[in-house]
Amino acid sequence: MALNASELNVGDTYTERLVEDLKRTQIVMYAGASGDYNPVHTDEVFTTKVAGYPSVFAHGMLTMGMTGKMLTNYVGDGRLAEYGVRFTSQVFPGDTLDATATVTAVADGVVELDVSTVNQEGVEVLKGSAKARVD
Amino acid sequence: MAVEKFTVEASHIMMFARSVGDDNPIYYDEEHAKGTEPGSIIAPPTFAQASAQFDPNYGLRPKVGGDGWFGSGGKLSGAKPREGGGGGGGSGGGGGLHAEQRFIYHRHLKPGDVLSATTKPGKSWEKQGRRSGKLVFSETVTEYRDQNDELVITAIGVGVRTERPVDQG
Repeated sequence: MALNASELNVGDTYTERLVEDLKRTQIVMYAGASGDYNPVHTDEVFTTKVAGYPSVFAHGMLTMGMTGKMLTNYVGDGRLAEYGVRFTSQVFPGDTLDATATVTAVADGVVELDVSTVNQEGVEVLKGSAKARVD
Repeated sequence: MAVEKFTVEASHIMMFARSVGDDNPIYYDEEHAKGTEPGSIIAPPTFAQASAQFDPNYGLRPKVGGDGWFGSGGKLSGAKPREGGGGGGGSGGGGGLHAEQRFIYHRHLKPGDVLSATTKPGKSWEKQGRRSGKLVFSETVTEYRDQNDELVITAIGVGVRTERPVDQG
């Protein structure tokens, strides 16, 4: 279902839980599907002993992909026109993520959204914006 | 990144959607998809990133018969981290991280599309980071074109190389 411009107001928000207690296996699934096999995402030995991180961590693009689910659930299938993010903090196994879209403008059949994803400690891990076609 | 041929396949879309935890049936159920506005299975918004699978020179994939992969095996690391990947095509090389990503959708991808992609370097800049020393950012702009040579997705990626691993806490 697409959004209707006449029912949208600046400041409206939509929130979804993206993942609860992120598992290493989901990160492995993303590595396999995306083709990004950087061992810092899947190889605990390499990541802790060579790369110097406390554990493997999620691909930024996994967080962007999960956040995209919130967006497409909100704006409807095939309605996204633009979607961009900055990765502001790393996402680790065990994290629980919630994503929110906030309406910043509605004009000419397009809604503009701020996008933010936070972890269980309230730390923003992804910050961005999107545009989508509305009815 | 240069990709000559990236054939968009339904099973790949299904696996990609699963990996990002998205169970929307438009990504795997053709019958359901026929009744939606797009009218067919489409790809999730970040699917173009999977073009890495079709880049013969992608640096973050172990190569069959190639030189040593840098992940652990019998030793902690198989080799030195290598260059490659880049901001547009992945999360950077061994010491690189993905800082930003933007997609502009001219239309949404669907099974049967045959894409090609060309990447141009964009801006580059430096910053002093609080938690990881000097940061070197570099932007790449990737244009995905379909079988009719129409531009379907523009992807702008920013990779960052850090002086040292990001401090936690």
